[in-house]
Amino acid sequence: MATSLRPDPTFYPNPRLAAKAPPETFAYVVAFDPNRAVPDRLAVVDVDPASPSYGRILHESEASAVGDEFHHFGWNACSSHLCPNAPHPHVERRYLVVPGLRSSRIHVFDTKPDPRKPRLVHVVQPEEIAERAGYSRPHTVHCGPEGIYVSALGDGDGKGPGGVFLLDPESFAVLGRWELDRGPQYFAYDFWWHLGHDTLVTSEWGTPDMVENGLVPELVLGAKYGRRLHFFDLHKRRHLQEIDFGEKYQLVFELRPAHDPTKAYGFVNCVLSLEDLSSSIWLWFRENGKWAVEKVATIPAEPADPDLLPPVLKPFKAVPPLVTDIDLSVDDRFLYVSCWGTGQFLQYDVSDPRRPKLTGELRIGGIVSRAPHPSAPDRPLNGGPQMVEVSRDGRRIYFTNSLYGAVDPQFYPDGIEGWMVKVEADPAGGMRFDPRFFLAWPGPHRPHQIRLEGGDASSDSYCYPS
Amino acid sequence: MSEGLAPWLLVAGLGAFHGLNPAMGWLFAVALGLHRGSGRVVAWALLPIALGHALAIAAAVAAFLLAGAVLELAVLRRVAGVLLLAWAFWVVRRGHPRRVRVGMTTGAAGLVLWSFTMASAHGAGLMLLPALVPICFSGGVVPQLATTSGRALLVVLLHSAAMLAVTAALAFLVYRVVGVAILRSAWLNLDLLWALALSATGLWLLLG
Repeated sequence: MATSLRPDPTFYPNPRLAAKAPPETFAYVVAFDPNRAVPDRLAVVDVDPASPSYGRILHESEASAVGDEFHHFGWNACSSHLCPNAPHPHVERRYLVVPGLRSSRIHVFDTKPDPRKPRLVHVVQPEEIAERAGYSRPHTVHCGPEGIYVSALGDGDGKGPGGVFLLDPESFAVLGRWELDRGPQYFAYDFWWHLGHDTLVTSEWGTPDMVENGLVPELVLGAKYGRRLHFFDLHKRRHLQEIDFGEKYQLVFELRPAHDPTKAYGFVNCVLSLEDLSSSIWLWFRENGKWAVEKVATIPAEPADPDLLPPVLKPFKAVPPLVTDIDLSVDDRFLYVSCWGTGQFLQYDVSDPRRPKLTGELRIGGIVSRAPHPSAPDRPLNGGPQMVEVSRDGRRIYFTNSLYGAVDPQFYPDGIEGWMVKVEADPAGGMRFDPRFFLAWPGPHRPHQIRLEGGDASSDSYCYPS
Repeated sequence: MSEGLAPWLLVAGLGAFHGLNPAMGWLFAVALGLHRGSGRVVAWALLPIALGHALAIAAAVAAFLLAGAVLELAVLRRVAGVLLLAWAFWVVRRGHPRRVRVGMTTGAAGLVLWSFTMASAHGAGLMLLPALVPICFSGGVVPQLATTSGRALLVVLLHSAAMLAVTAALAFLVYRVVGVAILRSAWLNLDLLWALALSATGLWLLLG
């Protein structure tokens, strides 16, 4: 395995040191073809404001075939390799591991020797994942203490349960199912952990048959999609506790635990309340030796003219905010919230995690608002804020506008034209669009998750408190 | 002591060398101290870490002595030499993540287990074999069992004391003075050095 004399310079022992990392000069963005006619791509975007090609695509690497639907990708190694109990500090942060949510293939791109021109070096085939781990539909990738962790929506036959499996960080061989005892956990979606509390958390969406043709209204209204969090012992790999949000809530998605490993709390977004179409932000936290949750913010639906709404929403005469991604700054101070339905992009000060304070609000796209970007005030945009990434110093935020190929047309029937934007955050609170950064994504691809050079707010976890 | 001071110095020196390695425990003690906000936790954690290390050394030493009771010294040296060379190869190869059983919420028993596993996996005890030969096999035949065991125990204690002294000094230096930022620049890759030490030991046993 390629190792070096000193630790990888992008590894930081704690969040405070990570926040001092140099600003990123480029970003990796996965983009998929919703028609599944041409291969998906891993794009390199110039985010260096001093560069003549600022805000433009520098390079694109192609998938090995069509129909992958590139999703929440990650690194082979990151700051958790400095952990004292499982030290591997001399492994390089080098490979991008990109799951194909629809194909169940996993593409591995090498960012050396030229980080601006990643090369495809390995493809994990669906058969290997099914045979060795019993899973399919890989969704999210995190580097961690035991290698590369991947969540998967379905079992080997495309049914349930979904779960988490491990990849060897050197050969990328599938090592097997992660769970030794999954308890009542059945649906899968996102996962992450509290390294300081030896706890892994998972969230829920649905099995492949429930999502691959889009959201099924009857299942939503019957509260049949995921609505629970699961807590596992990170090292014993055993289920510890389940928390059900209740029949009113559907789609419990992105898990953002505090970066400080001593803090036993995190934030998760619930996409839909069946009562009023609102979205909500929930806090999970440790209390009296158990995990508990509390709803800490609600984003209401906005009344709308049914003529402007897609068929699925007409009866409700309202636009749901559809909070489908959130991201927590590395210093655990600001939470960013993407409202894919209304087009709002919100910034909350979560210094007091139980009482988030709204400190910033922007609007772009949206099912009804179609809000423009400051660079072209007359050009209505579709799609809305979705996959969001925050720089390690918390000053720059990037997001794209596509959710998932099968769900995009349910809410944006006219088809989403992809874009990526950048927001500048005031360290004291507040934010604004960078008028120089609007990347109209070249079709037919739509951009999804972003990873920043050297690491970002959702790529690394830390073992040492700040 | 007919063998002279050299083997005993080697035993203590290897203890210091092992104590230097962050993967042998001082870093874990620092992290636990930072997590629980207390220098006393650093000190508390060092004891089970040193105990685990001592048990790993003792296990290797005991295995060597038992083998020495049934094998000719020349044969023993060859077997141990090959084992050490194989272990050196493994230490280089194992430099990537695998099963982790002990985390940041661990207690003393977990630390003993962790330290025992880390020292064993790194072949820490095997490195002591060149010192054991003159200390326990002087004259080429196994002397009285009681004498040998006593001397072997002394080897384990001396090695572990040296390891604990160095690892404690480093733990408190990093915890109290320099901070964990030092990891980014000063955490040198010791695996290669470690493998070289194992290989040299193996070759000495085979050829010496």
